[in-house]
Amino acid sequence: MSVNRRDFMRMAAVGLAGAAPAAEARADADSRISDAWMGMLTDLTLCVGCRKCEWACRDANQLPEPKPIDAYDDKTILEQRRRPDALNLTVVNQYDASAGGGSSAYVKSQCMHCFEPACASACLVGAYRKTAQGPVVYDTSACIGCRYCLVACPFEMPAYTYNSAMQPVVKKCMLCFERIIEGKTPACASICPVEAITFGKRSELLQLARKKIESDPQRYVDHVYGEHEAGGTCWLYIAGRPFEELGFPSNVDTTPYAERTAQFLSTVPFIQTIWPAVLMGAYAFSQRRETLAH
Amino acid sequence: MMNHTLNAAAAAIPLHRSRSARAGYRATVRAWVTPFNVWAVVIIAAGLPITYARFTQGLASVTNLTDASPWGLWIGFDVLCGVALAAGGFVMASAVHLFGLHDYKPLVRPAILTGFLGYFFVVIGLMYDLGRPWRLPYPLFYSPGVTSVMFEVALCVALYLTVQFIEFCPAVFEWLGWRSARQWAVRLTIGASAFGVILSTLHQSALGALFLIAPGKVHPLWYSPHIPILFFISAVAAGMSMVIVESTLSHRAFPVQTAGHDITEMDRLVLGLGKAAAVVLMTYFALKCLALAHGRHWHLLLTPYGAWWLVEMLGFVLLPCVMFTTAVRKSRAGWARWAAVVTVCGIVLNRLNVSIITYRWNAPDRYVPNWREIIISLMIVTLGLLSFRWIVTRMAVLRDDLSDAALLRPPTRFSDGAMTS
Repeated sequence: MSVNRRDFMRMAAVGLAGAAPAAEARADADSRISDAWMGMLTDLTLCVGCRKCEWACRDANQLPEPKPIDAYDDKTILEQRRRPDALNLTVVNQYDASAGGGSSAYVKSQCMHCFEPACASACLVGAYRKTAQGPVVYDTSACIGCRYCLVACPFEMPAYTYNSAMQPVVKKCMLCFERIIEGKTPACASICPVEAITFGKRSELLQLARKKIESDPQRYVDHVYGEHEAGGTCWLYIAGRPFEELGFPSNVDTTPYAERTAQFLSTVPFIQTIWPAVLMGAYAFSQRRETLAH
Repeated sequence: MMNHTLNAAAAAIPLHRSRSARAGYRATVRAWVTPFNVWAVVIIAAGLPITYARFTQGLASVTNLTDASPWGLWIGFDVLCGVALAAGGFVMASAVHLFGLHDYKPLVRPAILTGFLGYFFVVIGLMYDLGRPWRLPYPLFYSPGVTSVMFEVALCVALYLTVQFIEFCPAVFEWLGWRSARQWAVRLTIGASAFGVILSTLHQSALGALFLIAPGKVHPLWYSPHIPILFFISAVAAGMSMVIVESTLSHRAFPVQTAGHDITEMDRLVLGLGKAAAVVLMTYFALKCLALAHGRHWHLLLTPYGAWWLVEMLGFVLLPCVMFTTAVRKSRAGWARWAAVVTVCGIVLNRLNVSIITYRWNAPDRYVPNWREIIISLMIVTLGLLSFRWIVTRMAVLRDDLSDAALLRPPTRFSDGAMTS
């Protein structure tokens, strides 16, 4: 790990003052955003809960126990509250009409593809990677199965194949990374019959989301979920109801989660430097005391 | 009772078919059937099929772990509590070897052995929990992920396990009668002690820092930006208390090994440790209150989780602190011993609160350990106790440190006079 002067100064500031230069860290995070990142915009006001995206996802990722597309017409499953798991990298949940009226809302959830993913910073073997194209991908070849990424993810998206003895792996949406580099659209976006999911450059999707909200403020709440959440995500959402009513975690930081642990790790060099001096000083002191006593 | 076990093993070798030999054999078998041995056999017999299921059918077959609760008892108890309670090794080694508190020397070897075995069995527990335990060396040698707090934990625990082995080597070499090797190992003592303090500071705090990345999941009363220092300070209190608990239990379990100890001197050391533990617990209590004030969570004290927080803080931090103080003021070593037991329970409670009991406190689906997970945790603790017994009945851990002259004797084995009662 190379340490440049700026990082060193930050370590010095954290170590000596015990405080984080948050403003500087934010500026750094913004400069790391790439215009080349692709993303998705889900317009929850359009989603009809048909679950075709669930089928397409399972099909495209060749997940085990495939089910025919007709099986996804079963809407009774919407009565349960589900989260993505090892067999379903994306799931659709139904949120009944709020007290204020309106109709049921459907929410498709999957990995948010953070700018600075907590999972990637938490991984002790570097199995996660934020690709130049935007998707956060996971490589099974080094994973030891500690599941710290599941703990770290503020959206609780990664899942684990607990039933595998020899080859357990983390399962999560990879934004159809292989399809993207072939120039194709991710499976869920291409199958959506109501065009609730738009694939494109993340920067352009944010403009689109804002334009939609501005042009129809009655239809949308003024919040693009993912613009700032967890320091920004490649997957964006707009909705007709406040996001906390739709099962989105409302207590999500607007700074990257990786910063919380990076601050701690930056104190390591100071402990490594100061402790030996203190301990050897104490040792020398006790030795001298004994010499004088004799 | 340990010595009877050894006699049983020794007597079992020349199995003559004479009547007296058979009677002696029966007597030794009867002596072997102690409550702890029966417990050990039962728990290991229960644990082996679960172990088989774990490694042939996966974690799902024996645990209640889910995607939402990926860490259960094996991390919360085996790893977090195991590491905290094994902190006595670095505390005693630094007190005696670096700070010159030579009075406490009789407590160093048992503390280092407890520490070494504690860490060793933490790794064993981790092998059950990791999805692919055979990849354990990957973080260090194949694909290091240096941005991860878990990487720091892995690196420090691996190094500290080595350091503790080196620190315990003199006892092993004395047992084997390797005098020159022992001389070399003794020369490493000061360096190993200092390195042990650095590594312990880093990974005890890093275990708390693991949770820094999950602010929305750990209850705000237990989540704090100060959680690394809270974990470190509480581990120091836990380590001191474990030294007291371990020496108390050892005096009951190994009367032959501890026969040379002066009871009043041991009481004095327990009170000295109790004094230090009282100061550390008070510091910890103050820091916990500071974290509470810093997070502006006073209003949460009126919630059910607030009551639970008060139980932990008043009943398992402040109470043992007061008990230690009173014990020191009134010179009652017995009180200090009970205070140590309460402190140990308090640290276990704290680690379980952070990792399991308050983890995803507001979620409808909560993790409750499977009975099979509990059996494996109990089995690992039992294996640790069995290893401790096996070592202290052979090597000079509890009994007084052997002088160089004593080292001229052949290695102490079954025939050794000190071993037979």
